[in-house]
Amino acid sequence: MTDLTSLTIADARYKLRAKEFSAADLTEAFIGNVAGGDALNAWCEKTPDLAREQAKAADARLAAGEAPSLCGIPLGIKDLFCTKGIRSQAGSNILEDFKPPYESTVTSNLWADGAVMLGKLSMDEFAMGSSNETACYGPVVNPWRRRGDETKLTPGGSSGGSSAALAACMAMATTGTDTGGSIRQPAAFTGTVGLKPTWGRVSRWGIVAFASSLDQAGPFTRTVRDAAIMLQAMASVDEKDSTSADIPVPDYEAALTGDVKGKRIGIPKEYTVDGMSAEITKFWEEGAEYLRAQGAEIVEISLPHTKYALPAYYIVSPAECSSNLARYDGVRYGKRAQLSQGDGITELYEKSRAEGFGDEVKRRIMIGTYVLSAGYYDAYYTQAQKVRRLINRDFEQAFEKVDAILTPTTPSPAFGLGEKSDPLEMYLQDIFTVTVNMAGLPGISVPAGLSSDGLPLGLQLIGKAFGEEDLLNTAYALETALEFSATPEKWW
Amino acid sequence: MSVDADTVRKVAKLARIAVEDHEVEPFAKELSGILDWVEQLQEVDVTGIEPMTSAVPMRLKRREDAVTDGNRRDDILANAPDAREGFFAVPKVVE
Repeated sequence: MTDLTSLTIADARYKLRAKEFSAADLTEAFIGNVAGGDALNAWCEKTPDLAREQAKAADARLAAGEAPSLCGIPLGIKDLFCTKGIRSQAGSNILEDFKPPYESTVTSNLWADGAVMLGKLSMDEFAMGSSNETACYGPVVNPWRRRGDETKLTPGGSSGGSSAALAACMAMATTGTDTGGSIRQPAAFTGTVGLKPTWGRVSRWGIVAFASSLDQAGPFTRTVRDAAIMLQAMASVDEKDSTSADIPVPDYEAALTGDVKGKRIGIPKEYTVDGMSAEITKFWEEGAEYLRAQGAEIVEISLPHTKYALPAYYIVSPAECSSNLARYDGVRYGKRAQLSQGDGITELYEKSRAEGFGDEVKRRIMIGTYVLSAGYYDAYYTQAQKVRRLINRDFEQAFEKVDAILTPTTPSPAFGLGEKSDPLEMYLQDIFTVTVNMAGLPGISVPAGLSSDGLPLGLQLIGKAFGEEDLLNTAYALETALEFSATPEKWW
Repeated sequence: MSVDADTVRKVAKLARIAVEDHEVEPFAKELSGILDWVEQLQEVDVTGIEPMTSAVPMRLKRREDAVTDGNRRDDILANAPDAREGFFAVPKVVE
């Protein structure tokens, strides 16, 4: 029997129906890999008993016929999604042992389709980080290593558990969230596909909030087709999230024709930056060439405000984070600090938050508090929101001329754990991805190839708002041409 | 440096985060580094530009002003660090 854990969802869907194996067999194989993968530290909660139960139900549903695509497919869920009765901590000590009495809309949708939950996946605390090193569970280790080198590398962040677990065959697909690049950068670092849908396509209800105008959930998968299958299940019009778009969810998989003839693909000149690896430039050119060979037209475009996206993001997102994280008060849920004699309610708040939040989260709350405070609001926050409008306008003007935009996902491959200690240096990780969040657009990272030291690199395609069908199809054509098939050598 | 020790203390107070004396200087340095870097936004000409307040243009949905959920006291208190007799318990707030 072939290794069940390296199959795609599309393959497993077929084989489950052909009765080559059962959902119980499939789930058991993954439970084995999860149990043997502790060296990667990807999981913060394992739910094998629940998985077995769900697999059994999936087998019954498959036997009855007409089961949805995800029926019996074992998944890992980022710790940011609230799962009923199962610890959901957003990678933070302040949510110590928080067991939500409700289920997020996204995970409800997945379970309704018969998917199987293997457990919860580690992440940077409150999704603030690009290396998974701010997680209260300690850093996740990338299954990929440099050729002939045992240095532990980051799987990216903030959805580092999600990318590592998928790349290490510990789940068939995983969920992530992306506020500034937290799906696409980890996907690029692990040779997987990562999709951030248009803001409003996937309900945010029951997902712990970081920066509400930027956060969006999406899948990590092995292939673009699997991303289409996962998005199909995750997306919904949700009355519990008043910002979820009132647009019917189309059939994403049906859009995958691979035909890009006549499509215009934009190459933004601003996405060439200092310190970019030579290989990523080469893959970028090759990617464009492949699309041209399939009949697409390559158009040079300009997104002049690109360099301001990251600084504007580091005003807008901390501002929203400081407001969203005000709810962690040591009263309603999570951690409460030990108080001293005479301490009042203010000390309760201040000590609980000081003990519960890590340094990066504190930094961002303080930046957000500062830029929103009297006297600074207009100079920082209003200015950033105006610049955000200009970034958005750049994209609107570009999309009058092109159907999709092709860029690198990151300037370089995965770096070593502990290698970037300066916050600003870490922020620069998101230089190519953050623009997309600022404009609310969909973006997808597709594995492009390996760097000279054997690490995966990704290319990003950016689409029009709610243009996921077209975006996925272009990504499918790119994926077919790039023929990436490398997997990490098992060392853990 | 745009953020001094007093500003860190003031912001931490506003954010309700206790900061130890030895943490003040490092925070001042890091926050200054970040704020000095975002300063480059000032060079952008934003004359006549409206601030963007939603990632996707949309009008918030409306619905009937009716109760759709409730009577879930125990659910709401289930994760409280200290809940007594159906209430959240906190140190004395009013003398």
